[in-house]
Amino acid sequence: MHTFIIRRFLISIPVILLITMIMYLIVNLAPGDPIDMLVGQQALTPSEIEQIRISLGLNEPIHQRYLKWLGQLARGNLGFSYLDHQPVLDRIAERLVPTFSLMFFVILVSYITAVPIGVISAIRQYTWIDYLATALAFSGISFPNFFSGLVGIYFFSLVLKWLPTGGLETIGQGFSMVDRLYHLLLPGLVLAFREMGVLVRYTRSSMLDVIRQDYVRTARAGGLSEWKVILHHALRNALLPLITMLGLSIPRLFAGVVIIEQIFQWPGMGRLAIEAILSRDYPVLMGLTLCTAVLVLMGNLLADILYGVADPRIRLSGKR
Amino acid sequence: MSDPVEDKKPVLSLRGLTTVFKTDLGAVKAVDSLDLDLPTGATLGIVGESGCGKSTVGLSIMKLIPEPPGRIASGEIIFEGEDLTKLSNRQMRSIRGKKISIIFQEPMTSLNPVLRIGETLSEVIRTHQRVSRKLAWEKSIDALDKVRIPSPHIRINDYPHEMSGGMRQRVMIALAICCEPSLIIADEPTTALDVTIQAQILSLLRGIKQALGTSIILITHNLGVIAENTEKVAVMYAGRLVEYADTAALFDSPLHPYTQGLVLTVPRLGARKEKQSRLNVIPGLVPNLLNLGPGCHFADRCTCVMDRCRRLKPDVHICDEKHLVRCWRYA
Amino acid sequence: MMRDAADHKALLEAPRQTFRSLARRRFLRHRLALVGAVIVAAIVLMAVFAPWLAPHDPNHVNIMLAREGPSSGHFLGSDLVGRDVLSRLIYGSRVSLSVGLLAVGVYMAIGLILGCVAGYFGGWVDMMVSRMVDAVLSFPTLMLILVIVGLLGPSLFNIILVLGFLGWPEVARIVRGQTLAVREELYVLSSEAAGAPSSRILLKDILPNIMSPVIVNATFGVARAILIEAGLSFLGMGVQPPTASWGNMLNDAQSLSILETMPWMWVPPGLMIFIATISINFVGDGLRDALDPKLN
Repeated sequence: MHTFIIRRFLISIPVILLITMIMYLIVNLAPGDPIDMLVGQQALTPSEIEQIRISLGLNEPIHQRYLKWLGQLARGNLGFSYLDHQPVLDRIAERLVPTFSLMFFVILVSYITAVPIGVISAIRQYTWIDYLATALAFSGISFPNFFSGLVGIYFFSLVLKWLPTGGLETIGQGFSMVDRLYHLLLPGLVLAFREMGVLVRYTRSSMLDVIRQDYVRTARAGGLSEWKVILHHALRNALLPLITMLGLSIPRLFAGVVIIEQIFQWPGMGRLAIEAILSRDYPVLMGLTLCTAVLVLMGNLLADILYGVADPRIRLSGKR
Repeated sequence: MSDPVEDKKPVLSLRGLTTVFKTDLGAVKAVDSLDLDLPTGATLGIVGESGCGKSTVGLSIMKLIPEPPGRIASGEIIFEGEDLTKLSNRQMRSIRGKKISIIFQEPMTSLNPVLRIGETLSEVIRTHQRVSRKLAWEKSIDALDKVRIPSPHIRINDYPHEMSGGMRQRVMIALAICCEPSLIIADEPTTALDVTIQAQILSLLRGIKQALGTSIILITHNLGVIAENTEKVAVMYAGRLVEYADTAALFDSPLHPYTQGLVLTVPRLGARKEKQSRLNVIPGLVPNLLNLGPGCHFADRCTCVMDRCRRLKPDVHICDEKHLVRCWRYA
Repeated sequence: MMRDAADHKALLEAPRQTFRSLARRRFLRHRLALVGAVIVAAIVLMAVFAPWLAPHDPNHVNIMLAREGPSSGHFLGSDLVGRDVLSRLIYGSRVSLSVGLLAVGVYMAIGLILGCVAGYFGGWVDMMVSRMVDAVLSFPTLMLILVIVGLLGPSLFNIILVLGFLGWPEVARIVRGQTLAVREELYVLSSEAAGAPSSRILLKDILPNIMSPVIVNATFGVARAILIEAGLSFLGMGVQPPTASWGNMLNDAQSLSILETMPWMWVPPGLMIFIATISINFVGDGLRDALDPKLN
């Protein structure tokens, strides 16, 4: 088990390097000069512009710049944002908590609600419960999340005035957990709507597969009550693939987070990404790429580890 | 086992059992008006080709037929005086695993992979007996011992994937006997196993029958297994019973053309003496259960088919007192 | 696994044609899939006959009529610069459908070829393709899409290209797995024994028998592509105005006042995306049940 983790870790490193390399290439080959963004409206002479260019090292060939970036990375320095000259690390760090709290909330809510619904949907296949759950699940999957966000704001903020229209907290008020949660609710639920749809379908299909298995029949043949058969035998096995989903939810959620943060003015990594792209802020972009690449790989690794721990067939494969 | 068993009161009687499955292409009678008796303490073999309905019989007795596509359409299943078809699921639960248990064909997939076999066994024991966890665990070790698993107190902590197919089947048998049932249904218990393991499992079953006096229904397509392990045998074809007799009588004088064909298909050593160079086969294919005609199901493949056979389903004829056959030749 | 006698027998006797009609019958039983198929057909027709269906020129600006609610002349009102919402809605279907179909077409083609080849020939070809699949799949896809589209410039063509090049690994993986399974089948082995060239074996023996999960995946892929395009256009990184896309029509609604007071501008396009996507998803689900590999 340990060797497995270590090996995956080691393989991840070149993959991350590769990803950053490609990203660096793409970012630098794109049309548009970062200098334009930096300089903005200021009227500068060509030689002044040239000086800025040199000071930022933008005149050097691309592979040199990449290696320099790597070198700095090794020292824990992600460079400075072109936009506001703040260290990239700081800019990303201050966005981590909002994004992660959003993701955590979504994962919690969606798993707790979707799994039971999926299970019931499977054991009562073809009844009205199943159809309802399936319809809701499909809606969740098919609703564009920005549209649900807008609808959510319309109903809950503007019409009913129950929830705020966005932002991390009420301005002027100090830090308050309740206030934070209050602001987290709408964007979290909007994101959770889609995630629940995916999970209900997945749970349902996993459960349907398991119910058909021979060992479930064996359990029934032993005289066990239907409850026991479902909960103790079927569910234990149906939940196994869901554990993998847990790890895979993280990268998937990130895609939704980008858009939702935009709509709800949520100061997270997703919004930072869009700002960075629109303003050609390369250092921040590279830093974010690194972060998300690590996120995706960690997510996959976590999924595999969790599955390995939960399934005795894998956990004990080294026993003999 | 060739002495005809004296007519004890049957522990199980099937009367007109019909189990139907709904498929995309129509309704199918997997078991059609089956009449069968199992004397107490005897082993009844049910033999036939794949798809003839023999496994369905076993599942029907346990009322484990999956309800959406299938159901027991009519008939009676009389077990120890009670008609099982009239029992609710709740009532059946106290019978399953306790009075009637079943051993399935596929040991590789019939055990829950995330549970230790001790947990699987204890669970069944505690379902039917009010015992503590500790006592259930000990009884489980005991059951494993009865099926001759070495070091049962160690192996009880194993997961199914840590055991071979033969071992897993022993565990299935342990599951079946742990509450001392009066009837065990063994559905092709050795088909998925090596020949040497087959012999061990069958001998194990015989031993259990001796020790506990259990009645057994042995479902198989293998005539050799029937010959060595059963006292009575029922032959099924396309969902219907075609012949039913004491095992010795069936092999001595098979009456139904299908049975005769089956008995002939068993390759014999020394066939060269009889100048046989090809294996015997029953010509034709098993009929499509959706397209059965009005007459005998075997009519198309029968070597001595008569006109009547295609028009009417044959009734049961009793020859020699205990030998039943469904064929117009004996009318 | 439990398999009842009837199905088993029915299939032993069923030639290939019956499988197709069996699949068709199972699909037709799936009410939701049927409804979905009808709606999808309607949308396709809407896209094809847009010029005849739209009451106005979708790009015709008329400031005098801006921000007007639904009226007899403009059934769904007008947008911020006076363009007719209904016409833009109708023309928007062209954008969504073209992204969906073309992007999926591209990555299906790539995925089929690479997956087939990897699965059939094995060896170092397989290794290379599998490494490529793993590499692309490890990418944080959204980041890549945003970056490429954001930097290369927002356009329909770019979106199709990016989606096409990022979507193939998933298909390739499925196709490879299927090819590996089918490769050992008797009809393939007999073709090989008869000396047929590899290309012929791939085309005639393998391809037709692996299409089921690929078709299902492609259908869901179209829905996903439509959502991604809508999202990108919404962010301003996709199809740009004046071209009407359901996504960019929603862009205006980011202002709270518009959101609250002018629902005709953002509700119809949002609903259209939803309806299109869910219909395609239903069809995909129906196809998946109809082509169930367990009966294959």
